[in-house]
Amino acid sequence: MSATGIGASVKRKEDFRFLTGRGNYTDDINQPGQTYAYILRSSHAHAKIKKIDTADAKSAPGVLAIFTGEDMQVGSLPCGWAVNNKDGSPMNEPPHPPLAQGKVRYVGDQIAVVIAETYAQAKDAAERIVLDLEELPAVTTVDAAIAPGAPLVHDDLAPGNMCYDWEIGDEAETDAAFKGAAHVVSIDVTNNRLVPNAMEPRAAIGDYNKGTGEYTLYTTSQNPHVIRLLMGAFVLQLPEHKLRVVAPDVGGGFGSKIYHYAEEAIVTWASEKVRRPIKWTAERSESFVSDAHGRDHVTHADLALDASGKFLGLKVYTKANLGAYLSTFSTCVPTYLYATLLAGVYTTPKVYANVKSIFTNTVPVDAYRGAGRPEATYLLERLVSKAARELGMDQVEIRRKNFIPADAFPYQTPVALQYDSGDYEATLKKAMELADWNGFAARKAEAAGRGKLRGIGISTYLEACGIAPSAVVGSLGARAGLFESANVRVHPTGSVSIYTGSHSHGQGHETTFAQLVSETLGIPIENVNIDHGDTNRIAFGMGTYGSRSLAVGGEAIMKALGKVVDKASKIAAHLMEASAEDVEFKDGKFTVAGTDKEVDFGTVALTAYVPHNYPHETLEPGLEENAFYDPMNFTYPGGCHICEVEIDPDTGVTKVVNMTAVDDVGRVINPMIVEGQIHGGLAQGIGQALLENCEYDENGQLLSGSFMDYCMPRADNFPGFQATTESTLCAHNSLGVKGCGEVGAIGSPPAVINAVLDALADKGVTDISMPATSHKVWQAIQNAQMPAAAE
Amino acid sequence: MPTVSMTVNGKQVSGEVEARTLLAQFIRENLELTGTHIGCDTSQCGACVVHVNGSSVKSCTMLAVEADGADVTTIEGLAMDGDTLHPMQEAFRDNHGLQCGFCTPGMVMSAIDLVDRNPNPTDSEIRDWLEGNICRCTGYHNIVKSIAAGAAAMRGQKAAAE
Ligand code: FES
Ligand code: FES
Repeated sequence: MSATGIGASVKRKEDFRFLTGRGNYTDDINQPGQTYAYILRSSHAHAKIKKIDTADAKSAPGVLAIFTGEDMQVGSLPCGWAVNNKDGSPMNEPPHPPLAQGKVRYVGDQIAVVIAETYAQAKDAAERIVLDLEELPAVTTVDAAIAPGAPLVHDDLAPGNMCYDWEIGDEAETDAAFKGAAHVVSIDVTNNRLVPNAMEPRAAIGDYNKGTGEYTLYTTSQNPHVIRLLMGAFVLQLPEHKLRVVAPDVGGGFGSKIYHYAEEAIVTWASEKVRRPIKWTAERSESFVSDAHGRDHVTHADLALDASGKFLGLKVYTKANLGAYLSTFSTCVPTYLYATLLAGVYTTPKVYANVKSIFTNTVPVDAYRGAGRPEATYLLERLVSKAARELGMDQVEIRRKNFIPADAFPYQTPVALQYDSGDYEATLKKAMELADWNGFAARKAEAAGRGKLRGIGISTYLEACGIAPSAVVGSLGARAGLFESANVRVHPTGSVSIYTGSHSHGQGHETTFAQLVSETLGIPIENVNIDHGDTNRIAFGMGTYGSRSLAVGGEAIMKALGKVVDKASKIAAHLMEASAEDVEFKDGKFTVAGTDKEVDFGTVALTAYVPHNYPHETLEPGLEENAFYDPMNFTYPGGCHICEVEIDPDTGVTKVVNMTAVDDVGRVINPMIVEGQIHGGLAQGIGQALLENCEYDENGQLLSGSFMDYCMPRADNFPGFQATTESTLCAHNSLGVKGCGEVGAIGSPPAVINAVLDALADKGVTDISMPATSHKVWQAIQNAQMPAAAE
Repeated sequence: MPTVSMTVNGKQVSGEVEARTLLAQFIRENLELTGTHIGCDTSQCGACVVHVNGSSVKSCTMLAVEADGADVTTIEGLAMDGDTLHPMQEAFRDNHGLQCGFCTPGMVMSAIDLVDRNPNPTDSEIRDWLEGNICRCTGYHNIVKSIAAGAAAMRGQKAAAE
């Protein structure tokens, strides 16, 4: 292993600029003549727009223009995935206008945009817009939304507030499996709604150039080409060659910056109207009501087992809250990214799931770190632990008994996916060792001596990422291909620029991808630059989400590097007067087997651009290659998370005292970065389990709309983590990589809740919902101990 | 509009601001020092931490006019000659204490103030100190490690200077 190649914990190349304040985030960018936008948002969850009077506001100091939905008649913000109903009919897909048309449907819905010389002037002027709104009754929960007579978010465009009623698996066969069962264990769980809260609030700058007819949009996006396509083709009808989208440094995404948002279209469109660049930056309270939220499932499930504890069948009924409009990938999250994962790491032969996705008067819901897979894992791992308790089995044994064995791959599940590799026993074993599972009884006794309840919880899980094989997702309704592109440009003096369609917003691509180049071409990592995030510089890209950057974007780079090495070998063969087949390339040197002939990569690069002595008859000058890579399958990271908590029974205060994660992420390119990704995921998973909750009141007012009301995890909420990897290689990509961005957030929540329930078992508590806050834990103890009072 | 003057990163600066202009805005917009970030509107996140007269301050909680005459250091003023990293910056790089980098300037500025007050903080003292700094990326594990390492390096630097 070279010091900067595959497997080395290379320090990040991007850190110098971030550490010295030289990052270049969207809000750091200013254009000459720039103006500022303030978006007037609905403070009602559901209302009819009767009149918007902007006359007085337009005369406010500094105001250049005010636009409402009436002015901005453009296309709908598109949904990228069509999901069909059980009966094959298409889902209900009501339009999603950038500025509200006729009705507002959630607190935060965009009503008007004010453009002024300064942001303060725009905001002040917005106060002078006179709104005549007729308030309508609102629905915020899935159960309220499907109750008979419920207010309709989209009137007759979505009867019963239903987007779709979808299913997967064979219901009759699953029912048959239940017939012969010795035990059936049932569970009801809610997967709490979360606010992603990347630390950088969203921002966008629209800039129209009358001279060239070109539009430029700077935006906080995880996938600038996707935004160009969606906004250009569907919303504003601008052709790609006249639309440049730049996503510079982006301060975290976690899914929330995948989607095409109204504000992007608004500033781009309006910049042509006012003929000046327009900047919009969200305030945090705006982020809470305008960034797509995550999770929000209500589920009932039944697990059938034989007398020995072997799983026979699983039935799952889920209601998913989609919010008021279809965000870009919202429809696939509770279906193809959720129900297809319900076999988990187990051999359950029959699985059936029914998912109803429902409109409510809340912020649109879409993918948030893990997207569907955390919901599946939480359900499954709570259910498996519950089954162990009900059957009097050991938590670990019930899992081992049902694991897909390491020699069973490729393994076809009953819910569409075919897993390519994994070794669940190996990750379990390592996690149990690291967490000192066998020493738990002693720790519990010691904690009891201090008056504390100590519990241990486990989760063995897998997920599907490396999104995604285009043909497969296309057949399932995706309206896009999910390949990735890369361009490798070797410069005359042998340094290399990589142009990747992946986008880094904290993942460290500038380092990890450079390691791939350093390893493959045998050149120092300082001689490699990774460029991303600009549709004018990068040929194409589908961006970063679903832990796809290395498994798809990295593979595209490897493919392009392979082409570079092929061509360079031919040039080297010419220089060494050998045949290309005899040329070997290793550690940056071309050699001819059995001779002492040698030419280095730098010489070949120079020759490609100064082609005096060159095989012109068969080869073009230059050394630059493109590649597109479309994966053969999803990748399937998995592993084991073990959590230990201590609870103070007098106050309910619950502290995570140990968190161990052993994940199979495939080949690890940079262990330091991989561990960092897992740490971050764990913090979000523990945050979901114990702290975070997005809550609406019944009128649709967001109760957790700021960092004062929404509990963001702080440093003192966590112990140090024990996070490591134990990998099998992905069987269908050249690097053997699987992905590590989401595992932490997927595997951990059920481990935490299982630990809480283990700690509370002696008190008679059998269920608790996320987030298990101190108050909720305390209440659960009280209720369990005073059953009469609780009734 | 009132005029404010202060020393920022060793340079005398002044500018006209509205009375309501926050120090964070003055730093970002008037001085174009965009390393100081704004991550919230309720003074919780700490992305905006700078040093005012030697102590860490959330620059979104202070009006620019309140900082009139003050000595302010931002993340841009830490690296000596703009190139050699401060030991705390170096420690963040060595220990992978940052991912997206958005919380990082505030974290580093806050950490240096902690070490000025408590040269050898324990992990739990570091975690307590970070109450006012939110990071969504790192899970804090490597930030805590970075700050402990940065504290050790700062102690070493001080010992060498004495
Ligand atoms: S911006 Fe100052 S604390 Fe968040
Ligand atoms: S590194 Fe992204 S918020 Fe801390």
